[in-house]
Amino acid sequence: MHDISREYAVQMHGITKYFGPHKVLDNIDLDIKKGKIHAVLGENGAGKSTLMSILYGMYSADYGKIYLSGQEAHIGNPSDAISQGIGMVHQHFMLVDKFTVLQNIVLGNETTNFFGVLNMRKAKKKVLDIIEKYGMKVDLKEKIKNLSVGMQQKVEILKALYRGSEVLILDEPTAVLTPMEVDELFETMNSLKQDGKTIIIITHKLKEIKKSAETCTIIRKGRLIDAVNVDDETEQSLAEKMVGRQIKLFVDKQDRVPGKTIFEIKNLSVRCERGIETVKNLSMKIRSGEIYGLAGIEGNGQTELLQCILGRRHADAGKIIMNGKEIQNTDIKNVLDSKISFIHADRHKYGCVLDMTVADNAIMEKYREKPFSVNGFLNHEERDKFTKQIIETYDIRPTNCSHQKIRNLSGGNQQKLVIGREIANNPDLLIAVQPTRGLDVGAIEYVHSTLVNLRDQGKAVLLISLELDEILNLSDKIAVIYGGEIVGEFRQNESDEQKIGLLMAGGKEND
Amino acid sequence: MKTIISKISFFLVLGLCLGLLVYMGIKTFNYASAELEDDGRFFTGMITDGGGVNDQSFQESAWKGMKEFSANTGAKVKYIECSQASDFFINIDKFADAKADLVWGIGYKLADVIEHAAKVNPEINYAIADYSFGENTLDNVTGVVFRSEESSFLVGYIAALTTKTNVVGFVGGIKGMVIDQFEYGYRAGVAYGAKQLGKNITVKVQYAESFTDAAKCKAIAIKMFDECDVIFHAAGGGGAGIIEAAKETGKYAIGADMDQSRLAPKNVLTSAIKDVGKAINIVSSKVMNGENLGGKSFSYGIKEGCVGIPEENPNIPEDVMKKVEKVKDDICREEILPPGTSEKYESFIRSLA
Amino acid sequence: MTKNIIKFLKTNFMCTFIAVFLGFMVACAILLITGYSPSLSMAVMFNAVFSRAKFIVNVIIKSTPIILTGLSVTLAFKSGLFNMGAEGQFIVSTIVAAILGIKCNFHPFIQIPMILCAGVLAGAFMGGIVGWLKAKYGIHEVITSIMFNWIALYMCNFVANSETFHKPESDGTFPINRSGQTLLFYDWKFSQEGRDYLQAHPILNDIILKTDFNLNFLIAVAMAILVWVIIYKTKKGYEFRASGLNPDAAQNAGIDVTKNIFYTMLISGALSGLAGVLSLTGSSTPVLHVLSVFENYGFNGLSVALIAGASPVGCIFAGLMFSALIYAGQTLQSKIGTPSDIVNIMIGTIVFFVALVRIIPIWVNRYLQKEERKNAQ
Repeated sequence: MHDISREYAVQMHGITKYFGPHKVLDNIDLDIKKGKIHAVLGENGAGKSTLMSILYGMYSADYGKIYLSGQEAHIGNPSDAISQGIGMVHQHFMLVDKFTVLQNIVLGNETTNFFGVLNMRKAKKKVLDIIEKYGMKVDLKEKIKNLSVGMQQKVEILKALYRGSEVLILDEPTAVLTPMEVDELFETMNSLKQDGKTIIIITHKLKEIKKSAETCTIIRKGRLIDAVNVDDETEQSLAEKMVGRQIKLFVDKQDRVPGKTIFEIKNLSVRCERGIETVKNLSMKIRSGEIYGLAGIEGNGQTELLQCILGRRHADAGKIIMNGKEIQNTDIKNVLDSKISFIHADRHKYGCVLDMTVADNAIMEKYREKPFSVNGFLNHEERDKFTKQIIETYDIRPTNCSHQKIRNLSGGNQQKLVIGREIANNPDLLIAVQPTRGLDVGAIEYVHSTLVNLRDQGKAVLLISLELDEILNLSDKIAVIYGGEIVGEFRQNESDEQKIGLLMAGGKEND
Repeated sequence: MKTIISKISFFLVLGLCLGLLVYMGIKTFNYASAELEDDGRFFTGMITDGGGVNDQSFQESAWKGMKEFSANTGAKVKYIECSQASDFFINIDKFADAKADLVWGIGYKLADVIEHAAKVNPEINYAIADYSFGENTLDNVTGVVFRSEESSFLVGYIAALTTKTNVVGFVGGIKGMVIDQFEYGYRAGVAYGAKQLGKNITVKVQYAESFTDAAKCKAIAIKMFDECDVIFHAAGGGGAGIIEAAKETGKYAIGADMDQSRLAPKNVLTSAIKDVGKAINIVSSKVMNGENLGGKSFSYGIKEGCVGIPEENPNIPEDVMKKVEKVKDDICREEILPPGTSEKYESFIRSLA
Repeated sequence: MTKNIIKFLKTNFMCTFIAVFLGFMVACAILLITGYSPSLSMAVMFNAVFSRAKFIVNVIIKSTPIILTGLSVTLAFKSGLFNMGAEGQFIVSTIVAAILGIKCNFHPFIQIPMILCAGVLAGAFMGGIVGWLKAKYGIHEVITSIMFNWIALYMCNFVANSETFHKPESDGTFPINRSGQTLLFYDWKFSQEGRDYLQAHPILNDIILKTDFNLNFLIAVAMAILVWVIIYKTKKGYEFRASGLNPDAAQNAGIDVTKNIFYTMLISGALSGLAGVLSLTGSSTPVLHVLSVFENYGFNGLSVALIAGASPVGCIFAGLMFSALIYAGQTLQSKIGTPSDIVNIMIGTIVFFVALVRIIPIWVNRYLQKEERKNAQ
C-alpha cells in the first residue's frame, strides 16, 4: 500500500466485497500511477472484474476507499465514474447495431442546442479531434453492424474518450481480436499513454501483459498476491503467482505418427439462417492419432460447420464421411452412433442441462441403451454407478455430487463431467470446440492433457478454438478457416504465428 | 443486539400465528354449536340459475318477491347465487342441510337439478319457476309457469301503436319454449295492433344465444335500430344492453321481467312484467299454510296479476293507454287468446284475417 | 435450535404452507376492510369443509377434474411447455363423451370404457394438434391453445344447441345414458331398500345419497402416481425433462426434441381429456351445458400446478386445497353473505405468494451464511 498522493491516478485501499456469503475480494490494494499501463492479472473468478466494476461504480465495496488523484472519491454508479473521468470498455460491447459510429459515440451524451435539438456538427468535430490526436482510423458514417470486432472496440474506446475519460479500463480486450488487431490495440494504448491517460487492462493472458503493461497487480481467489513491475518478471513467474503453484504452460507431447484418415469433409457448402453461404466448398481430412486444430476468428463459418456435422443444418453440397460412411444430412443420433463425440463451446447451453442432477447429465447420451434403461424404464443404480466412475476417474469435486444439480458445480468440474461423459462413449473422433473456455489454468492444463491422451490412444481430435495459443500448443496439424474456407494448412512444426494470424484476418499466404 | 431483536420478533410472529389459529379454533367450535339451532320459523330459500340477484331482471324480481314474502309472513328467506352448472346440486343441497321447508329454483335451467334434489330429499318441498314437469312431476315438486304471451301481447300492441317506421324488433336470449311465449305473444300483439290501424308492420327477430351477454345484445340492437324504432327484449340480463342501445340511439326499448324504466326513463317505452315474485308469494304462502301442492303445476297470467305492464307508463300517451286497458280486459275475459307457440301464432294470424 | 427452525423454513413444503398462510392473512385483511368478521368467515369456511362427511366427500369429488388438469399442466411444464389449452381439451372431451353417451347405449362394461377412451382421445387429439404445430412450425403453444379454447367453447355451444342433442326447455343437451355414468350405488340409493338402509346409517346417507358418489378421485390419484413414474422413472420422462430444461443440449445428445414436444402435448391433452370425461360421467346431471364463459377447470389446473410447484403428487394436495377453497367460498356466501369473490382473491394471493416465497430459501441461506461469517470472525 502506498500513501495517498496526487501522483496516483487511482488508488483503491482495503477493498472488501461479499457476494452473499462469499468473500470475493479480501482487503485488496491497488495503486496506479498516472500515465501508466497497468494490468490486473488473475484467473477466471479471481475477482479482477469485480474489482474493476467497483471502480466503475457498478458495485459498491463493503469496505475500503477509492482515491482519484489523491482525493477520496465516491462512485455510486457508472455515471459518477464517467463524470470523474473513468471510462470502461466491456468485454461485450454496448453499441447499437443499426446506428452509425458517430451516433453511437454521442449516444447518452448528446450536445443539444437551446431547443433540445441535436447539434451533431459540434459533436463530430470533437470526435474528429480525438481521432486525429491518437491516430485511430474510424469511419464515422459507417454503421456498427458493418464493422469488424476490432473496429467496434475502437468505437468503444472513442466513446470513453469522448466523455473525457482520464482513466480507461479495458476488460479482456484481446479476447475477441485477431493477432493483428491486438497489435493495433496496443499501439492505440501507447498513444493514449503518451497523452498522459492511465490505462487498466484486465486479462489472464501473460504474453499480452509482457507486451503491453508496465506494472501489474496479481489477484488470486480474491486476495492480493503481488504488485510487480512487469519487466522484472517472466511469463512463468507471473503464471505461478496467478495460479499459486508450479504449472506447465506448454503441454508435453510426444511425436506420433498418425494413422489412416477416419474423418473426411469433401467440398462441403452450408448456408446460415439468412441464406448466405457461410461454409464454402470446404474440405479437410483428419487421421487417427492426430489433433487437428481449426483456427479462425468467430463468425467465419465454424458454427455452421459444426451444426452441419451435428446434423442440425442441411448441407447444400459435399460430403461428410466418418469411418467410410457418409453422415451428412442425417440426424444427430446417427452422427453420435458413428462414434463422433462433441464437447461444445457453450456447455451451459449445448453441453449439459444445468437443472438436472450430475448423474442425469452423465447419462445424457447413454440413457437409451442397456443397462441404463430397460423396457422404457430407467435403471437408476446403473446410472449412479456410471456417474461415480466418471467422478472418480476425472477427479470431479465434490465427490458426493452425483445427486446435486450440475449448476452447483464449478465450471471446471462441469467441463470435466462433460469430457468424461463424451470419452466414455469411446469415440473415434472427438470434436472439441473451445474446450477450455472460461476455465482456470489448472483445469485448462487437465483438459489439454486429456485431449493429448486421447490422441495417444490413437483417436482423432478436431479442436476448434478461437484461442490461437491453444491451437498452436496442442495441434499436430493446423488449419485456418476464413470466410467459410480453409485458407491454409500447416504441420505443427512448420507453423508460424505471424503467418497464421495474417490468414485468420483474411490476408493471403504470399503477401 | 440486532440478533436478539430479530430473534424476539421471530418468536413474536410465531406466537401471533399460533394464537390466531387457536382463536380461530375456538370460534369454530362456538360457531358450530350455534349453527344447528333451528329457530322454528318457516324457512324458504332460492337458488339462481347463473345470473345474480341483481340482474335487474328475472332473478332480482324473484328475490324481491322472497323478501316481500318474508316481510308479510315473518318467514326466513335466503338465496344462493350459483354460476357453474356443475355446482347447482351442491348449492341447492345446502338448503336441505339447513332444513329449509321450501326450496325455489328460479329458471328452467334448474329443472334437472331440482328433480335430482327432490329425489335425494323427499322430505323437502321444491318449487321451480318457469318450468313444468307436466305429468311426471314428483310428489314434492311444484311447477310454476307464466303466461308471458299475455304481457308480450300487450307490449306488442303498444309497439304497434307507437312505431313510426312500421318496423319493430324482438331480441331473444336463447330460443326455447319460455322465450317462444314472448316472441309469439309479441308478434301477435303487433299484428293485432296493425290490423286495428290498418297498417302493415314488420317484426324483426334475432337471438343473442345468451341470457347474460349484454355487449352482444347491444350490438344486435344498434344494428336493428337502423330500421326500426321499438325493440322488445326477452334476453334476461343481456337486455340491459338493448336498453343501453336505445338510450344511445334515442329510440325505444321495451323491458322484460321487471319494470325496467329506471334504467333509461326516457327510452324504456314499457316493460312486459313477469312478476315471478308475486308467484313466489302465492305459492310460498300456500305451502306455509300447509297446503299440499306437490305434484302439481300452476300457470299464472294477467288474471292472477303475475304478468302485465307497469302501472305508470309516462312514455305512452293517454289515448293509447285507454286502448291498452281494453285489450287487457279482453285478455282477462279470454276474448283474446294470445298465442305462446308458433302453431298457435299461425292460427291466431289466420283468425285475424 | 433457532437454526433448525430456520432451516425447516427452507423446505418446499414449508414455503407453500407459508404462502397459503399469507394468502389467508390477505383475505382476512380484505374481509376486515369490507366489514365482515374475519374470524367468523374463517370459521365458516373451516366448517364448510370439515364439519360433515358430505362436505369432505364433495370436496374430494370436486377436486378430481382440477387434479387431472393440474397434472396435465405439470407434465407439459416439465417439458418446458405451457399448456394453456387444458380448458379446451377438457371441453372437447366432454363434447365427444356426451355425444357418444347420448347416442350409444351398451352394457356399462363396454359403454364406460368406450366413453372414457373417446374423451381421452379427444383431449389428446386437441393437445396433439397444439404440440404438432409447435414442433413442426414453431407456433407458440400458448397462442394456439388459447385459440383452441375458444374453438372448443363454441363447438360445445354448437352441439348443445343442435337439434339432435338439445333438450327442450334447458340450456343443455339430454343427459347421457345411465350406462355411461360412473356413479356408484346410483340406482340402489333411490330404491326403497337403499333408502331404508341409508336412513339407518346417517353417515353413509351423507356420503352416498347426498353426493355424486363415485371413485373418480382414485383414478386421479392413480394418474398422479403414473405421471410421477413417467417423469422420473422412464426413458421418455427423462427425455421430456431434458428437452424441457435445455432443448439445445437435449438435441445435441441425440434426443428428438420436436417429437417429445408432440408426445408431451398428446399426453397432457389426454389427461385434460380424462378430467373432462370423468367430470361428465361422474355427475348426477350428466349434460353438456351451453357455456357463456369458461368453467375454469383448465385454468384452475394451471393454478393447481403452480401451487404444487409442478410436482405430480403435490397436485393431489393442491387440487384438494383448491377445491376446498372454492367449496368453502360458496358456503361463505350463503351463510354470511360475503361475496364469493373473496375466495378468488384468496386463491390469487396464494398463487402469488407461492411464486414469491421461492425467495425464502434465499433469505434463509443468506441469514445462515451471515451467521457463519460472524462465527468465523
